[in-house]
Amino acid sequence: MDISELLAIAEHENALRRPIGIRCCTALGCQSAGALSLKQRLEEAVAEVDRTDIEVIGVGCMGLCGHGPLVQVDPHGVLYEHVRAADAPSIVAALDGGEATAPQGDPQHPFFTLQKRIVLENSGMIDPERIESYIAAGGYQALYHVLHDMTPAEVIDVVTRSGLRGRGGAGYPTGLKWATVAKSHGDRKYVVCNADEGDPGAFMDRSIIESDPHKVLEGMAIAAYAVGADQGYVYVRAEYPLAIQRLQRAIAQARRLGLLGAQIFDAGFTFRVDIRVGAGAFVCGEETALMASIEGRRGQPRPRPPYPAESGLWGRPTLINNVETFANIPPIIRNGAEWFAAIGAETSKGTKVFALTGKIRHTGLIEVPMGVTLRQIVEDMGGGVPEGRVKAVQTGGPSGGCIPAALLDTPVDYESLQRVGSIMGSGGMVVMDDATNMVDVAHFYMEFCKDESCGKCIPCRAGTAQMLHMLDLIRSGQATAADLAQLEQLCLMVKETSLCGLGQSAPNPVLSTMKYFREEYEALVRGERSEVRGQR
Amino acid sequence: MSFLDLDEWLFELAQHIDLVYSPLADVKEYPEHVDVALVEGAVANEDNLRLIRQVRERTRILIAFGDCAVTGNVTALRNPLGDPAPLLHAIYVERADVGSCMPHTPGIIPPLLDRVQPVHKVVPVDVYLPGCPPPASRIRALLEQTLAGGAIHLAGRDMIKFG
Amino acid sequence: MAARTFTINDQLISAREGETILQAAREHGISIPTLCHLDGVSSVGACRLCLVEIEGSRVLRPACVTPVVEEMIVRTDTERLREYRRMIIELLFAERNHVCAVCVANGHCELQDLAIAVGMDHVRFDYAFPRCDVDISHPLFGIDHNRCVLCTRCVRVCDEVEGVHTWDVAGRGADARVITDMRQPWGEARSCTSCGKCVLACPTGAIFRRGATVGEMERDRHKIAYIVAAREQRW
Repeated sequence: MDISELLAIAEHENALRRPIGIRCCTALGCQSAGALSLKQRLEEAVAEVDRTDIEVIGVGCMGLCGHGPLVQVDPHGVLYEHVRAADAPSIVAALDGGEATAPQGDPQHPFFTLQKRIVLENSGMIDPERIESYIAAGGYQALYHVLHDMTPAEVIDVVTRSGLRGRGGAGYPTGLKWATVAKSHGDRKYVVCNADEGDPGAFMDRSIIESDPHKVLEGMAIAAYAVGADQGYVYVRAEYPLAIQRLQRAIAQARRLGLLGAQIFDAGFTFRVDIRVGAGAFVCGEETALMASIEGRRGQPRPRPPYPAESGLWGRPTLINNVETFANIPPIIRNGAEWFAAIGAETSKGTKVFALTGKIRHTGLIEVPMGVTLRQIVEDMGGGVPEGRVKAVQTGGPSGGCIPAALLDTPVDYESLQRVGSIMGSGGMVVMDDATNMVDVAHFYMEFCKDESCGKCIPCRAGTAQMLHMLDLIRSGQATAADLAQLEQLCLMVKETSLCGLGQSAPNPVLSTMKYFREEYEALVRGERSEVRGQR
Repeated sequence: MSFLDLDEWLFELAQHIDLVYSPLADVKEYPEHVDVALVEGAVANEDNLRLIRQVRERTRILIAFGDCAVTGNVTALRNPLGDPAPLLHAIYVERADVGSCMPHTPGIIPPLLDRVQPVHKVVPVDVYLPGCPPPASRIRALLEQTLAGGAIHLAGRDMIKFG
Repeated sequence: MAARTFTINDQLISAREGETILQAAREHGISIPTLCHLDGVSSVGACRLCLVEIEGSRVLRPACVTPVVEEMIVRTDTERLREYRRMIIELLFAERNHVCAVCVANGHCELQDLAIAVGMDHVRFDYAFPRCDVDISHPLFGIDHNRCVLCTRCVRVCDEVEGVHTWDVAGRGADARVITDMRQPWGEARSCTSCGKCVLACPTGAIFRRGATVGEMERDRHKIAYIVAAREQRW
């Protein structure tokens, strides 16, 4: 494979396109709402009207998952929501001036217009099951460019200057991590893609893989070249069957075209990728537990240092990045570090994908520039809560915190979110209305953490069980003010003494709700329980 | 029994205190304005519960005395088995040699609580004296501190070892 | 081998390069509480009792796996550490059914000793009173999960010293249990060589010699380090 062959594939693919494209979302959310039978009916309907200028394309996530199944018709971008299979003939008929029976969506809604799509640039546009579709969108050209025109050090330099930070949650500078792995000595190095997304309400990584798997693979290959690795692993949870299937297909396709494997682009660069399927433990998203799991051992974290960059898989230098981080790489290489660094906020460059869920009108997947405010996301893009008012926004999953409505003007960047007691996290964003009891919310997350604690270190194993018990006492009105103080103490202890991030952050939902909604705890201690209360 | 191991020091102690209530003394009602109570045993039944609340109300310094009072200890071994009713049934009905029936004599046999609890789970406790039983030397050290009237502080193997 | 000097609790200490804070501290008679640590087997940093404060470090570090660095300033006994250690011990007592009065290890138990060391005169948390099994299917030894603190010393000594790996951990969080083979009864675990190293390693009364009664389980835990040293140095 060389560049002319790559461009020929793209050209051939583009030549196949027809003037009118009916894009039907086939990501998991829409699939579970019946998108596959819908797509089939659309194809039948097109065949029935016998028009060769129309094609039906199965694409990845279009974002507005709560209104699925979604169908969008090019070239004018007419959007249909809640489409049933029975609506298919009318959608095709509407191309000839008929009336579609499916409700029409508004592509000019802020939900779409306030987005900035870098990671999701191909999501909902290309067919994730065909590598040609990705190549036609410019895919694998960044990899070619890197292998032929850049040294590994130059690649790392671009990533460093772009200001990209890890999208898995902690926001570690990606370029610095790459440089560390590149400098570490080992007879072999590894690149690992962490797709063990486990936060309740988070589905960014799943969507990215389901919608554009090759982009992640291309990002991994570029990373492997930069750090000197020849083997990659995608660690993806078993609960994501469609993502696994599309990834398997993508790897096979890339290998067939010589875009993965030995002698990629005839540049003397070898990179193989294998999938490792996680067996359902949340803690395996923690990098040292993830590596133990890949090695075939019990998925438990170990103390760091040594960090994976120095001693990772089988004791060798290992680069671990999140799905979204890798997906940012090809656009950065393609457009340059300065382009990326010009997007977003001062210390947080680029965009962030969020899974917007909870009590909100428009649930789904969005990609916004860093620095937009929570209010813009929740009220403008999400359309606010259907009934009542926004009470809080939970970011960062069980490791994050609840941000009260009064702080909705907080910009979305790593530091600002941390300042208000939450974290960016991997991108889960759960909106709560004023019918939500915040102690119940804290209890929900604590129950999750208790169930997912691996049991290795005492503060997390016994501490989460004890914190959950105390929350039970509070909710059942059996707790005293002294118990509240004790719970707070215990939270601080677990936070400061736990071995890994799971335990260290498990108290966050309790601490942040205690900070901003303490009166709800105190009301329960006094024996009052009011489910609905007003905004602070 | 461990208390009796204090031997002749008991005579000295007797000069400083009035023994106003004890399971062995013939006093039916726990008196008012008690300075110090050494509470033995965990809270296992409704009588225990009523008494310990009364003790707390009428006592200045409540000392959880021994492992059962401090932790539940052996008496709490039934807790992991859950609700006591099936246990009682197994003991008094299924395994009974003669007269198998569930014990039920209101006012005489106090009903068991769902769980045996250490004293501090039910009422505030001022001082904890572990030990099963606390050795006489430990009891003496505790009582000497108590008689001295200052803050009571117990530490080290001789004072707070459980078991 | 290069030497390092650093400070523990305002005392200047010398250490060999590569030594952990725990090793260096113990050589100088400074005690740092530990539970999962056992001389002779690898350290896992799981019990968190040996956490220390290091000047300039945002987080607390486990002394058992943190190597000494030149001019490092370590504190092992601050108010905060003392409180956290006591809470950790209390959490352990609340988590399972530790009844010292009827335990084979009474008087010879590291958990009991730690409770004394941290000044635990009572447990402030509610006891969980979980239902735990006792396995006495092995002809020589038994395990009482009521007394297990999941330190995994048995797992490591069996794997690293005996080279058998009969023991491992199954289940997650509060449901985690040490298991023999594929969670068979110990007596049916074919890989077990009945060497008894796990019995030596256990800090509490969880793993015991059958027939031992209250307070009778004394063990010489130094034997593990002795075996390892003898092997490594080919005595």
